[in-house]
Amino acid sequence: MSDLSIQVKDLSKRYRIGIDDTKDTFAETIGHWISSPVRNYRRLRQLTKFSDQENTEMQDVIWALKNVSFDIKKGEVVGIIGRNGAGKSTLLKILSRITHPTDGSVVLSGRVSSLLEVGTGFHPELTGRENIFLNGTILGMTKTEVELKFDEIVEFSGVKKFIDTPVKFYSSGMAVRLAFSVAAHLEPEILLVDEVLAVGDAEFQNKCLGKMEDVAAYGRTVLFVSHNMSAISRLCKRGIWMDGGSVAEDGPVSKVIQSYLFSGASESNPIVEYPIDDLLEGQITSIESLDLHGNPSLVHLSENLFSLRIRYHLSQELRNYRLGVVIRTPDGYEVLTRTNSDLDNSLWTDGEGDYSLKVDIPGQLIKPGQYLITVFLGQPGVKQLDKKENALAVRLDGKTFTGQGLIITHLDWKKEKL
Amino acid sequence: MAGKSKTDRSLEITVINPSARKRQLINWRELWQYKDLFWFLIWRDIKTRYAQSVLGVGWAIIQPVFSMIVFTVVFGNLAQVNSEGVPYAIFSYTALVPWTYFSTSLTSASGSLISAKNMLTKVYFPRLVIPISPVLATLIDFGVSFLILIGMMFWFGIAPTLTVLYIPLFVLLMMLTAAGVGMWLTALAIQYRDIRYGLNFFVRLLMYGSPVIYATSSIPEKYHYYYALNPMVGVIEGFRAVLLNTREVPWDLLGIGTAMAVLFFITGAIYFRKMENVFADVA
Repeated sequence: MSDLSIQVKDLSKRYRIGIDDTKDTFAETIGHWISSPVRNYRRLRQLTKFSDQENTEMQDVIWALKNVSFDIKKGEVVGIIGRNGAGKSTLLKILSRITHPTDGSVVLSGRVSSLLEVGTGFHPELTGRENIFLNGTILGMTKTEVELKFDEIVEFSGVKKFIDTPVKFYSSGMAVRLAFSVAAHLEPEILLVDEVLAVGDAEFQNKCLGKMEDVAAYGRTVLFVSHNMSAISRLCKRGIWMDGGSVAEDGPVSKVIQSYLFSGASESNPIVEYPIDDLLEGQITSIESLDLHGNPSLVHLSENLFSLRIRYHLSQELRNYRLGVVIRTPDGYEVLTRTNSDLDNSLWTDGEGDYSLKVDIPGQLIKPGQYLITVFLGQPGVKQLDKKENALAVRLDGKTFTGQGLIITHLDWKKEKL
Repeated sequence: MAGKSKTDRSLEITVINPSARKRQLINWRELWQYKDLFWFLIWRDIKTRYAQSVLGVGWAIIQPVFSMIVFTVVFGNLAQVNSEGVPYAIFSYTALVPWTYFSTSLTSASGSLISAKNMLTKVYFPRLVIPISPVLATLIDFGVSFLILIGMMFWFGIAPTLTVLYIPLFVLLMMLTAAGVGMWLTALAIQYRDIRYGLNFFVRLLMYGSPVIYATSSIPEKYHYYYALNPMVGVIEGFRAVLLNTREVPWDLLGIGTAMAVLFFITGAIYFRKMENVFADVA
């Protein structure tokens, strides 16, 4: 027997998306209504029918995955990264047999558990205890296995006191913790995890990451989809970057994360500009990196300040908005996130028009190296209007810094003899 | 023992590929592996069905009992429907017990995939569990309303014949029918929501096509074999024959009904299996 745990070969998946044709005139609308049962029937039937002769580039057919191939050895922990819609979730759904591929094949050796969501099958009317059993069996454990792990699960979740209370009386945080605890105690040979660590508070998330590290340490194969690059680089040795339904890069995790993060970033031009889309209420139109003297540059001396000039466009009056900047290391670690409302919680309200904003960043505090700049525009608590993820790659140059850590600052040491 | 089954599954090889034809119509081995899930889903259905209701399982009685009262007044007293020599109340109630089971299982089976949509798109398990578990869970309601029937037989002083021992066969036929039709409806309902909207109406119409409010003997003899294509005809007449002794056990009707139920079950399983690969995509 080979030591391969997952073999994926030329995997493709095609979806048909419904396209709505709207009618303009009253007469057309009436006609549309009358003929709608027939058309609805055809459309619903087509959801599951693909004729081989028809042109596969038809407008309502999309390929979520196209010729994806890779092998994963037993005990490997692999992170899958990529933008939304790159096919990561479809891949996991095929591997966990939720949906069927259109083409290609997968061979899985060992028992598979997938965790695409926490708390699948939780019923609010049932107690915590009952839900542990239900959810555990849904995730593929047997009743005996759940019984063996029961105390451990309850302990891990920290909701022991309420274990015989119906889940509908739980706070949402408690329900999530209980649900994750069940999932964390699965012991399959292959574990597929989709973006589930984004739940719970920071402390619990950390606990979960620790638990996943344990799972990986027991020699189980883990496939982990996440947008959280620091979680990926903490857990995985190998990374697969998916782009547009195909594998863009497959290799050591830090290298893959780096190419993914830099894939959209401007590394040569200190200014990136974006076309205006009139449908958006507010959008970022350009981001520019300026040195201490206000000259456009991507390279800055690390003992100086540098600035970002952000231009944005509001197509109508926008109430209570703010802008923010995120600085990340090439392996996805967040150095800082700051917005204009951090100091006094004040949000901006402005009428239609173009605005320019300059923000100074204390480069002298950050260790020399390459950094990725993300800029976002949003109404806190309402919605995100625009986000330019990893738009610029700036370099802080300077004397080689020998200390550990990302922040360079001298601390004040005062010694006293007692 | 547990350790052994664990190693068995660790050696398990799963091949996913679009043209892979499963050799069996129903993968019994896999269903057996997921028996605990099956059990918990049935138990969840039963436990949550009447949660936060004052009458609880009393609802299982109310539906057939009130139907019986209405039917007795309307069809027994006003329309004077022939009840083959037994009081109309028990005549109709004996039919309502299996009929209510049948209609409730169908309604919950057709809704089951849609209400389980979330599970369906997030985790793998044998999809067949979903339409089959309401068929089993509804048996509880059936049992409760059957107890009432026994009480009524005492009240009216009706003694069953020895043929009452056939009842488990009728129950099996009733379950087979519900499972077969349930698989059809479930697989259709996930793609065509019309099934759910139309089902209540359809089930009510079908009730008039079954001997619930009248006796099969009211139908001209030459149509009996067509009439029996509805498997519930044999089941209901069977119940009446052995409990109320209104007639001989109608083996001919039961035979036709069983053949139809098997046909529904096999075609339902085929259609369901054909559709289950795409459930998650169209749900």
